Amino acid sequence: MNRYALWKYILIVIALLFGIVYTVPNFFGEAPAVQISSQKATIKVEPDMRDRVVSILHGANITFDSAAFETVGFNSTVRVRFQDEDTQLKAKDAIEHSLNPDPKDPTYVVALNLVSRTPAWLTSVHALPMYLGLDLRGGVHFLMQVDMKEAVEKRAESIAGDLRTLLRDKSIRHGGINRTGNTLEIRFRDDETRKRAEDLIRDSNRDLALKEDGEGTDLRVIATLTPAAIKSVQDYALKQNITTLHNRINELGVTEPVIQQQGSDRVVVQLPGVQDTARAKEILGRTATLEVRLLCEAPEDLSALAAGTVPFGCERFNERDGRALLTKRQVILTGENLNDAQAGFDTQTQEPAVHLTLDAKGARIFRDVTRENVGKRMAILLFEKGKGEVVTAPVIRSEIGGGRVQISGRMTTQEANNVALLLRAGSLAAPMEIIEERTIGPSLGKDNIERGFHSTWVGFSVIAVFMMLYYGLFGVVSVIALSVNVMLLIALLSVLQATLTLPGIAAIALTLGMAIDANVLINERVREELRNGRPPQQAIYDGYARAFNTILDSNITTLIAGVALLLFGSGPVRGFAVVHCLGILTSIFTAVFVSRAIVNLIYGTRKKLTSVSIGQVWRPDSGAVAGAK
Amino acid sequence: MEFFRIHRTIPFMRYSLILNGISLVSFLIAVGFLVFQGLNLSIEFTGGAVLEVNYPQAADLEKVRATLAAKGWGESQVQNFGTSRDVLIRLPIKPGANANAQADQVMDALKAADSGVERRRVEFVGPQVGSELAQDGAVALLITVIGIMIYLAFRFEWKFSVAAIVANLHDVVLVVGMFAIFRWEFSLPVLAAVLAVLGYSVNESVIIFDRVREHFKKMRKASVTEVIDSAITATISRTIITHGCTLSMTLSMLFLGGPALHYFALALTIGIMFGVYSSVFVAAAIAMYLGVKREDLVKPPKKEEQQVVP
Repeated sequence: MNRYALWKYILIVIALLFGIVYTVPNFFGEAPAVQISSQKATIKVEPDMRDRVVSILHGANITFDSAAFETVGFNSTVRVRFQDEDTQLKAKDAIEHSLNPDPKDPTYVVALNLVSRTPAWLTSVHALPMYLGLDLRGGVHFLMQVDMKEAVEKRAESIAGDLRTLLRDKSIRHGGINRTGNTLEIRFRDDETRKRAEDLIRDSNRDLALKEDGEGTDLRVIATLTPAAIKSVQDYALKQNITTLHNRINELGVTEPVIQQQGSDRVVVQLPGVQDTARAKEILGRTATLEVRLLCEAPEDLSALAAGTVPFGCERFNERDGRALLTKRQVILTGENLNDAQAGFDTQTQEPAVHLTLDAKGARIFRDVTRENVGKRMAILLFEKGKGEVVTAPVIRSEIGGGRVQISGRMTTQEANNVALLLRAGSLAAPMEIIEERTIGPSLGKDNIERGFHSTWVGFSVIAVFMMLYYGLFGVVSVIALSVNVMLLIALLSVLQATLTLPGIAAIALTLGMAIDANVLINERVREELRNGRPPQQAIYDGYARAFNTILDSNITTLIAGVALLLFGSGPVRGFAVVHCLGILTSIFTAVFVSRAIVNLIYGTRKKLTSVSIGQVWRPDSGAVAGAK
Repeated sequence: MEFFRIHRTIPFMRYSLILNGISLVSFLIAVGFLVFQGLNLSIEFTGGAVLEVNYPQAADLEKVRATLAAKGWGESQVQNFGTSRDVLIRLPIKPGANANAQADQVMDALKAADSGVERRRVEFVGPQVGSELAQDGAVALLITVIGIMIYLAFRFEWKFSVAAIVANLHDVVLVVGMFAIFRWEFSLPVLAAVLAVLGYSVNESVIIFDRVREHFKKMRKASVTEVIDSAITATISRTIITHGCTLSMTLSMLFLGGPALHYFALALTIGIMFGVYSSVFVAAAIAMYLGVKREDLVKPPKKEEQQVVP
């Protein structure tokens, strides 16, 4: 009666193999590595860079484990692995010195990294070590919030500009377009003009909801952005910002950064293993936005500027070297139209230049503006925390179509690099603010791992010893089942690449403590059946049968708590919830199947079983010790 | 080895009145402390910044405080964290100021005073994130309670469901109350531990109720009190052994897990200890007071004689 069908044993063996294969990668550890990638768009890392790096290391007498040229997507890098972190640091210095002779103008990014040592045949079946959370690995976690209000207002402003152009092109006279918040107010003198304007606006623009207002000669049209339009602005702003963050983070040379949207207006950025957290914060914290405007260059404007006043329709900004400039109020292009900005060289004069790539809409607008304003100057402004600064104010020489713009003249390569960087930084569609930050130094991370696992191990040993002493062979079976439980749990975590945090390690410990419950239930039940005088085979059978329902019930209630935490937890707490829930599932599986399978293997086939080793089965009436082996 | 040589059924329910009285009093004390003294909430709930730094030798806390006060952060909390070389600095929340930048400034000031200081960890939580986390935590607790009540009402019967939840919430309140009384830091992981304790506690009650149902079926003539007593007696061995094992896990975490896990492990340990008490004495007693009867759990056999119709 205590037999399992063959397929059940096979199932368990498969589960065991799965467990072993997917747990093993965790024991390979990580190797410190140095990664070399290119900082400049004009220079790519070629396969011969690998040999160059190797010769640098030989020259500096530094031994390394392996050096490889790798291509990931569009980026090519050279990765060199070392034995320990001291060698890694020495190597970084040597390579940095040699490849970047001018520290102010680095050509290559030489970054420190930790790479897992798992052999390739394991990674090919997706057997990877567990994904360690920041509190175990060290690194930086930011939660950034996008200022959606500004993004929407900027869109309203740009629509206002479009409307002005539209009405002027169709010769519809109006008394001015004013913007307050998300609402535009257009003044008209008579109803007929107003109606024509409304029809025109409706035809050309689906983002506005129009309403008539006013009376007599002071007629107005109130245009507000529709909710759908607002939402699409927000979505776009968020996606654009995420892309910008991606680019900035690539400059840091971090492997496995996490950049994700959270909710409707937040972005989570996690940089594991980053060892220079101050620099990361600085690069990410830049929240500049970009605008392109024409300059106010009429003579009366310039004389007003010289006199110190700002004429109507213009706005005053400072250039990088301190001189003042006047720009028109109207914004022609914003950062959302800029796709890319790279430093390079002028195609004709070989001077340092900045190459801009605009998106389709930006290209079109730019073509129109440059066609109409040849000879005039245009300013590219960078706004940081509300204050604007002129990055560059070149002269428009000709109509520029195709969306590729080159800004050159009066720049050194260093300045070109800076401008490109600032422009790339400026292609944020809306400003972002850091609302949550967690920085964990790497030494603390290591500490946490050690202590977490050490305490789990100690607790487990205590339980194991007790179970074996108290319940004899059944106790040994319980301990084996517990070990399988932990192995399966770690395997699942590794396969799912779920994040393991410090509370997660605590959850592993807790799972062990709770899983023991099922085993104790079964063992106590079997003892009780033996105490009541049942024959051993029957006792085993009944014990398991009775215990099964109870185990299921009790685990489900713990699961409810785990799921609630999973849904509403975040960060380290979510790590706890994930491990907790998975642990409950593996507990049910091992307690019910695995321990039964082992017991069946040991006792099931013995036809004339007289006693089982379950510790002492004390009988109250006889008061004496009964059969135990 | 058999620790539990029980000759006859222990009459637990006889003492139910006294024990429940003790529970009620301790519950009220805990609530009182929670209301009047409040919890020592971590920055995850209140917002603010926390800086953990490490000194090469034992840190001079007074010097650290003086350095901070000189720069205008006199109200910061400065304390040791784990070893004597680790210092935890909690920055006060200045409305309008950027707490993020403040942490950097504090670090610079400390470095100027002692160049060997090393920054181990910085946490900054903006105020709106803090209140959101607090809300999420409360909702998680509510969902857990409701979920468990529904499941238990479905599996057993509503009286058991109410009894289990009351007994185990009493647990939760006692644990949180102790955090209020001793001013231990209540952070998100501690909340997670409290929820885990709730689940585990209910687990206990379920096992006992299961036995009660089984004994109702077996002991046809016994009274409710006798059935409950025998159920608890039968499971007492299992209860104590399991709790002992789980406690050994949490105690090992408490003593060996390091300062980061300290309060988390503390919440778990206290919760599990109260859990035994509430599951054994309180849950079943409340069910008894609510008037649970055999018929609630066991469907009576159909009386076929009554269907004879002349």
